Amino acid sequence: MNASPAYRARRLLAGAILLASFATGLARAQLTIDITTTGGRQVPIAVMPLAGDTSQPQSVGEVVGADLARTGLFKLVNTAGVTPLPTEPSQVNFADWTTRNAEALVIGKIEPASDGRVEVRFRLFDVAKQSQLASYSYVVAPAQLRATAHRIADVIYERLTGDKGVFSTKITYVVKRGKRYELQVADADGFNAQSVLASNEPIMSPSWSPDGSRLAYVSFDQKKPIVVVQNLAQGTTKVVANYRGNNSAPAWSPDSRYLAVALSKDGLTQVYRIPANGGDAERLTESPGIDTQPAYSPDGQWIAFTSDRGGSPQVYRMPASGGAATRLTFEGSYNVGPRYSPDGKSMAFVQRDGGRYRIAAIELATGQVSVLTDGTLDDSPTYAPNGKMILYEAQVGGRGQLAAVSGDGRVRQRLTSAAGDVQDPAWGPLPTN
Amino acid sequence: MGSAAYQLSGTLDPGVISQRDIISIRNKETRMKNLALYALVALAAAACASNEKKDTPVADRSSGVQQQQSGMSSSTTQQQKPMNPVAGNPLNDPNSPLSKRSVYFDFDSNAVKDEYRGLVQAHSRYMTTDKRDARIRIEGNCDERGSREYNLALGQRRAEAVKQVMTVLGVGSGRIETTSYGEEKPVASGHDESAWAQNRRADIKYSGE
Repeated sequence: MNASPAYRARRLLAGAILLASFATGLARAQLTIDITTTGGRQVPIAVMPLAGDTSQPQSVGEVVGADLARTGLFKLVNTAGVTPLPTEPSQVNFADWTTRNAEALVIGKIEPASDGRVEVRFRLFDVAKQSQLASYSYVVAPAQLRATAHRIADVIYERLTGDKGVFSTKITYVVKRGKRYELQVADADGFNAQSVLASNEPIMSPSWSPDGSRLAYVSFDQKKPIVVVQNLAQGTTKVVANYRGNNSAPAWSPDSRYLAVALSKDGLTQVYRIPANGGDAERLTESPGIDTQPAYSPDGQWIAFTSDRGGSPQVYRMPASGGAATRLTFEGSYNVGPRYSPDGKSMAFVQRDGGRYRIAAIELATGQVSVLTDGTLDDSPTYAPNGKMILYEAQVGGRGQLAAVSGDGRVRQRLTSAAGDVQDPAWGPLPTN
Repeated sequence: MGSAAYQLSGTLDPGVISQRDIISIRNKETRMKNLALYALVALAAAACASNEKKDTPVADRSSGVQQQQSGMSSSTTQQQKPMNPVAGNPLNDPNSPLSKRSVYFDFDSNAVKDEYRGLVQAHSRYMTTDKRDARIRIEGNCDERGSREYNLALGQRRAEAVKQVMTVLGVGSGRIETTSYGEEKPVASGHDESAWAQNRRADIKYSGE
């Protein structure tokens, strides 16, 4: 299988971010992700070290295993004492793996290829059926081994769960250290954190363009909130909303044509849309209160948003070009900041219960609400592009930290950073192939 | 790829509603108190910078507000003019009501309380009689509780509430821009009511400051 276009795109992006980082400096802190809660039965999987892996700068097997384990859906089986490392199906002792209670097995090898590149081959087996489920090879530069490992984990995850893997995606978030703000982009496992923007003024509400090439965010560099779009590859920025008053809450339409934004140019904050490349704002809501935090449905038909038109802030939905709004949340006096799940069937939002703010999800077909988190000040939910996890901001020990919870509330992760407040996360799209 | 997903019986069951172990976390929301603190804070918030006022409109994107002046920021020395004592500019004279710039709010409220009417009136009078070309920006702020973007809008509504009072007192609405920092620029960094009370406020900033 030739995966080169995807890798070219990723290399391009990685190079671009590296380039951008020359201006702002390499990010120092890395996010470390730990699972705090798992739920349900975990699939026991054995991930063998890849033959030839030890001579490489990055252990592919370790990254694959860590990716899978972090989901909370897999349990890594001990692989100690298996020699020689099997690299071909004929070398696999399935009876041994059955004894070790492994249900799935990953083997592979890394060999030198031309031009200083390496060939990575892996195979995935169903131990009970003694059958091969997948076999792929990638020819990459050694520097791409970590990305290749994520790619392999994506294939394994999809084969075993039926859902797309998100190990090759990126996340963005704001790091605050003292009075210094940085907008960072990192791999979904917290590695390769790069600063794409630094400022002595706040940075808020980063939002990925659907193709992952641009970030819209709120900058306070002009001592007031304005909406900026930054091209990650070129490092260029463009102010797309700088009207009188507040300009904030950018959200991309799925076709990338529009940004829904919250503007206060006509009084209190209302929802507008602007062409993503800049242009006039078109007002979409007309209420006497506050309308903000717009989010497009994945099919582009709807915009969900927060409004306090009914006396308390609640989640509403209206046609994407404006029009009559329907209220969606009814439990409690504070339900704000909706984000559609990638399949469009649910929404995550922030719910206040007593004095606590937690992430909740509503199933749109039934109106069923489930509270997913148990923090005191949880905010800014953002779905993984496969819909399985929700990344959000939590306050832990007085500091902003990122955390993640599975869509059913069972699996929880904490993303810890060495220093500063980490806030306002946004999970990027699946890489384009 | 493309073949059917590998089925592992009884492994993943997305249909099951989670049984969350709701960890009971201390939830002792201290009720509001320390109202007296407001007055102290208002005094302390007297602006430090003392640049000559420019007539640049606040809305002018190219020039904007050049000097950073974030509430209680302390960068004073370079901006002050030793040859020109503060008495020359009532906006920075600690004895002038105009040196008070912050209106404080109750939780979840954008009502301008009576104790700040005098402050707002003083600035309105200044803008309608002394400096009829002055322009201001009113910056609303919130405490850290709640969602960032919604707080940004709430802060702007607080600023708008102060603006309403000033326009009733005769200041042209075109001379007042209302913006917000939401919860992003707390002057007090704690996580209790005494800190929150200082952060729920609207600051009056004159163009050119």
